Amino acid sequence: MSVPEELYYTAEHEWMAISDASGRVGITDYAQRALGDVVYVTAPAQGSRVTAGEPCGEVESTKSVSDIYSPADGEVTEVNPEIDEDPGLVNSDPYGAGWLFKIQLDSGDQLPPGLLSAAEYTALTADEEQ
Amino acid sequence: MPDPQPPAPLRTPLAAVHRDLGATMTDFAGWLMPLRYGSETAEHRAVRSAAGLFDLSHMGELLVAGDGAGSALDYALTGQPSAIAPGRARYTMICAPDGGVIDDLIVYRLAGSEFLIVANASNARTVAEELTERLAGRGATVSDRTAEYALVAIQGPRAEGILAKLTSADLSQVRYYASRPAKVAGREALLARTGYTGEDGFEIFVGPQDAVAIWHSLTEAGDSGGLVPAGLAARDSLRLEAGMPLYGNELSRDVTPFDAGLGRVVKLDKPGDFVGRAALAKLAMTEPARELVGLIGQTRRVPRHGYSVLWDGVQCGIVTSGVPSPTLGQPIAMAYVAAKIAALARAPSGDSQGRLAVDVRGTAEPASLVTLPFYKRPAGH
Repeated sequence: MSVPEELYYTAEHEWMAISDASGRVGITDYAQRALGDVVYVTAPAQGSRVTAGEPCGEVESTKSVSDIYSPADGEVTEVNPEIDEDPGLVNSDPYGAGWLFKIQLDSGDQLPPGLLSAAEYTALTADEEQ
Repeated sequence: MPDPQPPAPLRTPLAAVHRDLGATMTDFAGWLMPLRYGSETAEHRAVRSAAGLFDLSHMGELLVAGDGAGSALDYALTGQPSAIAPGRARYTMICAPDGGVIDDLIVYRLAGSEFLIVANASNARTVAEELTERLAGRGATVSDRTAEYALVAIQGPRAEGILAKLTSADLSQVRYYASRPAKVAGREALLARTGYTGEDGFEIFVGPQDAVAIWHSLTEAGDSGGLVPAGLAARDSLRLEAGMPLYGNELSRDVTPFDAGLGRVVKLDKPGDFVGRAALAKLAMTEPARELVGLIGQTRRVPRHGYSVLWDGVQCGIVTSGVPSPTLGQPIAMAYVAAKIAALARAPSGDSQGRLAVDVRGTAEPASLVTLPFYKRPAGH
């Protein structure tokens, strides 16, 4: 299972890449494996407000549906246009082409609170696999 | 005091094979079973276009034997096993006295006085206990042979061609719902032309000590033909496309065979009494209040087990199973719907348009009602 060092994580299995007060969000490799084949993603609308720890979308897979929790407070600036056509990108490239949306972070240049490091997230998923 | 540990899941004789294949495992009816090996959608498509290999060793196998076995089973089950020719099989049910379904079963008549009954893993013990009680004093005994059989299924249009490489049995002579003993890859097996995918295929009962060898032989024989291992996720989407019920979803103690549209398994014209006859005879004379129907979702959000079916925004039924259908490219579901609503929704007139929906987590997603199954294999397969 892949957990890139440079990303931040939530306990609900989202990742966020932060640069210039903007966060790019997706679901983790662990999450996509647990879900199985992703068939549909409902992302938050461009321009909408999202709140850390609150559901802002859904990932639908063959077996189940899971909420997407926003990793931070902010405003959605972009939704990955490829995902609607090819939701399988979430499985094949969860940290790359399978990203879901971008948010302008309320915290600006500061790190939003409550995020997990790669090491912390790895420990969390190791626990869940027990 | 510490909480009692839940019992460790049972492992099939193929557990190590699944681990080596990197399968995602899941606890199913107390068994540790492969959910998927890679992409369950790819596994599903392989079964439709080529072939898939399944470990079904969790299924319950009960052997009923004795001079009275046929007539005793006529009493215990809704069907008429005494009328099955040796070497043939039937889909049937075991019902409670009130007509509720205890389990759906396949009964294989192996010989004149010997029947193999395949029960769902979750119900195997209950069925064994019920049969023990129902067969008492009728010249037949039941023994639970689940641990003495591994069950491997090869399903798909190329199943026969692949299996033919490993057996001298003439498979063209094994008809749908027939079985025969045969050697497969040099091992003793019972070959049955049955399945739960909507495709042609075989279920192969073997001793647990031979399961790994048979699995590897089939894998090798099918390698050039596109055979892939397939898990329970694909099995579920395949059976749902084929309109086949799953116990615990479409079938339960609270459902009668007539509710499920499977009244044909109730042989009211067979001689003698059978458990549930009085209740089922009465039900056969009345229109069921609900009907098991197929739904096709008109959006991409999938109706799931337990979601409400709506007619003009009012609940008229409940979804029993739902999945994004790889073959149709749309969400499909089975649901129990009030019979009157089902008739309205089925009517070709325009005023039923847009009135049927499924409550998908708070949003009414439009759906259309269709006749089951969603998928029928092309003729010639």
